[in-house]
Amino acid sequence: MADKIKVDHLTAWFGPVRAIHDIGMNIQQNNITAIIGPSGCGKSTFVRCLNRMHEVIPNARADGEVLLDGEDIYAPEVDPVQVRRRIGMVFQKPTPFPTMSVEDNVAAGLRLNGINVGRAEKDQVVERCLKQAALWEEVKDRLRAPGGSLSGGQQQRLCVARALAVEPEVLLMDEPCSALDPISTARIEELLIELKADYTIVIVTHNMQQAARTADMTAFFYAGELIEFGETRQIFTNPSRRETEDYITGRFG
Amino acid sequence: MANETLALRRHYRYRKAKNLVMMSLTIFATVITLTPLFLVLGYLIFKGAASINLAFFTRLPAPVGEVGGGMANAIVGTFELVLLAGLMGVPIGVGAGIYAAEHRGTRLADAIRFAADVMMGVPSIVVGIFAYAVVVRPMAGFSAIAGAVALATIMIPLVTRTTEEMMLLVPHELREASLALGVPQWRTTLSVVARTAMGGIATGVILATARIAGETAPLLFTAFGNHYWSTSLKGPVASLPVQIYTYAISPFADWQRQAWAGALVLTAIVLALELGVRAVTGGQTRAPR
Repeated sequence: MADKIKVDHLTAWFGPVRAIHDIGMNIQQNNITAIIGPSGCGKSTFVRCLNRMHEVIPNARADGEVLLDGEDIYAPEVDPVQVRRRIGMVFQKPTPFPTMSVEDNVAAGLRLNGINVGRAEKDQVVERCLKQAALWEEVKDRLRAPGGSLSGGQQQRLCVARALAVEPEVLLMDEPCSALDPISTARIEELLIELKADYTIVIVTHNMQQAARTADMTAFFYAGELIEFGETRQIFTNPSRRETEDYITGRFG
Repeated sequence: MANETLALRRHYRYRKAKNLVMMSLTIFATVITLTPLFLVLGYLIFKGAASINLAFFTRLPAPVGEVGGGMANAIVGTFELVLLAGLMGVPIGVGAGIYAAEHRGTRLADAIRFAADVMMGVPSIVVGIFAYAVVVRPMAGFSAIAGAVALATIMIPLVTRTTEEMMLLVPHELREASLALGVPQWRTTLSVVARTAMGGIATGVILATARIAGETAPLLFTAFGNHYWSTSLKGPVASLPVQIYTYAISPFADWQRQAWAGALVLTAIVLALELGVRAVTGGQTRAPR
């Protein structure tokens, strides 16, 4: 399969502290790539570098190459805002905009980007994205209710729908299930597998079963380094590195 | 075993007694705090209510020696001064507050916060002198504009600080969620963060308005006061606080009675503003989430 994103010699800092060091990996199109590893190993920093969200934090910077369809998103003439429209992100905690209704949350990316859509078109986008996020049936009767009135799992799927509305090519998910119960988690996982037909997905997770269930490829990070990257089945059944084996068998981390 | 139970019971009784004493002390402190409020309100109504009539709200002050007249020009003047001050102070204060919150840690943001804190401690009479120096002297006369500048100077640090606090209460995750949608920084700040903090910012603005509505000292040598209707922003204008001050220190019994009525009306205006805040925000004066 084609490589959607190519990462080469990517290093990221928070002030003087180096969070990830010299990462190189290719992320394939229409695949789910899982990033696993113990807390503080640089998983989140890595995915945040992929859509230039890392630099939003004061004093944070990144160095190296990230090619999206062959173009370096860190090239000086590239506008980070445009990168983020092509590479969407869902965070650990559900973050619906509290002042907006369910439907306005879904359409927020369009409206806030100054894309004017008519009523009919907006309804269409809202319905399509909520269906894609497997939330439509649950909220179709309360689209005008505040986004914060939904349950935690529904809020997270609302955030997925909101990310899909701007029609990104890649979806980054930073521990999207860590605040959810097992039922909501299962829904999100089903959703990921449905979405990979249209999107390229990168998911950070603490839950190794989740990586094993959903991901095609898995990367193991440890202490800011990429230790091992390969097909999920191989990583979980026959890892080539000792550290990977120790981690997935629960000997540390 | 029995001894232990007894000791536990005795200890529990001791804790209950201690709780009772502490609770009584805090209730006592609360009563002491609230007493002046009700004494002031009660005394104002007692002394002022009798002098409040239609003429008070519709007539100009009567010439010295004549009984009657009202404070219509001062009531209108107070609203005029507060409105003008708000037009100057709110945009500047809200703007500075947004900057201080969204660019936290930068030198300019620290400077804004420090300057606002210092300005809040400046005595209001000094603010009056400032407005006298920068507006009254150059314009060669007392004016509504000078009064409004003085009031705005008091208002700006209050609005700046509350805006900043309210913006900072908005979770960082919301900013990131918006940026990750490809929304530019300025749009994120205005449409997501400021919008979420709107309730709290509005509360801050209204509380600052209530505060300046009652200021006397900064108006004494800026807006000055006026016994007649004033239609010019460049001319001196009457205001309730100054009118109350002038009437209260006058030797005429009728003016002193009207000063009480003015004080009652002014207090009612300030109280109405603050109750309005509570109604609008549903009793909570903080930003949502």
